[in-house]
Amino acid sequence: MMTVPSKLQSVNLNLWYGAFWALKGVSMAIRPQAITAIIGPSGCGKSTLLRCFNRMNDLTRSVRTDGQVLLDGQDIYASGYELTRLRKRVGMVFQRPNPFPLNVFDNVAYGPRVHGVRDRRTLERIVESSLKATALWEALQNRLDRPALALSAEQQQRLCISRLLAVEPEVLLMDEPCSALDPVATQHIEELMRELMQRYTIVIVTHNMQQAARISDETGFMLLGELVEFGTTKTIFTNPRDKRTEEYVTGRYG
Amino acid sequence: MRPIAVHTQRIATTVLWTLAGLTIGVLLFIIGFVLVRGLPHITLEFLTAAPRSMGREGGVFPIIVGTICVAGLAILIAGPVGVLTAIYLTEYTRPSRLTAVIRFGADCLAGIPSIIFGLFGFVFFVIRLGMGPSILAGALTLSLMVLPTIIRTSEEAIRAVPLSYRDVSYGLGSTRWQMVMRVVIRSALPGIGTGIILSLGRSISETAAVMLTAGSALNLPRSAYDSVRTLALHFYILSREGISMEKAYATAAVLVLSILGINLLAYWIMRRFIARVT
Repeated sequence: MMTVPSKLQSVNLNLWYGAFWALKGVSMAIRPQAITAIIGPSGCGKSTLLRCFNRMNDLTRSVRTDGQVLLDGQDIYASGYELTRLRKRVGMVFQRPNPFPLNVFDNVAYGPRVHGVRDRRTLERIVESSLKATALWEALQNRLDRPALALSAEQQQRLCISRLLAVEPEVLLMDEPCSALDPVATQHIEELMRELMQRYTIVIVTHNMQQAARISDETGFMLLGELVEFGTTKTIFTNPRDKRTEEYVTGRYG
Repeated sequence: MRPIAVHTQRIATTVLWTLAGLTIGVLLFIIGFVLVRGLPHITLEFLTAAPRSMGREGGVFPIIVGTICVAGLAILIAGPVGVLTAIYLTEYTRPSRLTAVIRFGADCLAGIPSIIFGLFGFVFFVIRLGMGPSILAGALTLSLMVLPTIIRTSEEAIRAVPLSYRDVSYGLGSTRWQMVMRVVIRSALPGIGTGIILSLGRSISETAAVMLTAGSALNLPRSAYDSVRTLALHFYILSREGISMEKAYATAAVLVLSILGINLLAYWIMRRFIARVT
């Protein structure tokens, strides 16, 4: 029952760090306008997989990949595929909030400027709408010239999401975006993700199973570089097919 | 056990305090020594007039101008070259034999006595390239001398920039050059600035290398090909040839005060810069 085509899809994706085989033939199809969670114990390759989706692993030495990653049906690992354009379309939010040591405005305007927007009016408009999308505008509209590093951790992480939205991406990759936040801030970011889901395709890596269960529509469970099971979140958490998945989601190891 | 440990701790504290105090004391003594002898002779005329009868009378105005020209031009040359080299070494290559050779070369250059740079500058810039003793020859020589410092301090500063900034910048679709210019250099600016200020201080106070390359003319320079005399060299000539110890100490005081001034100004600018981003 093929309802919608996948936004993003890995096809038999393998990755090696030197001699270490980190991803073993991972095939996963990610639905648009939904949240897909990737769970699994530390070192299972979930972050590595996430970083394949916008080729951030290219920055790491001695990484070798084969297989395909299709974005709207086009292989992003094909030779000649433009990396700057790819990363504009597929952006990433990292574990720790990591705003640049610039003021709020320049942080959000960084992406548009890199892509050639010079006009002050246009930049102001983009900054405003990006901050509104993460519910930061109210709090920060009069403090746009304040250093971003002076904000609270939650605000910093929201700012990082705004900074990403400012380049108008289609896919948001989130690598444990709440692991440095307190429970209240985590709840706020999760609510934000549910809102953003209406307009973006979101893939989140998390080691917090409750979080995956709460917010995601589909979940993939990874173990030792393999995608053990992939399905709707409900199925994975209530009626998994694989014994290893069941053991993990019921907390028997990991 | 315990009394001995306490005892050792006390001895350690005393020794460390004494040594630290001694260092500061010597520094203050030297600065005080120069200022006490030099300050009384610094007048408005001394700062704004040209020297007369070899510097026995008059002031040091052309010498101040000469110092600014030589040291300033040296930094204008060595600054960009050094910072770009550091960017190349840290951001554009992976550690290899070539980068190891460049680093080793820079470290060796840093250890060479300045008179050797002076000799090289004299043979190469002054004679071989026919520049004559001049601002240009002096500045080029000094720039070679301070280049290793600028490269290594910039490199350290760039390395200290968190890797995550690079990830984020790439993640937003920037090119490597955009990432370097907009994020890395900005974050590393305090460290890079410190290296450049140190080098400026060294250029201003250098004597041996400029003696052989910038000459010792007392006239106000008209172009980069004119010979000038720097403050440090002026001090050396005045005292060594017994022309005037009063003027020599006054010159030394101007030199010490300007270096103190530059360092304080730089410190203040860095503090403001850091305060603006954190």
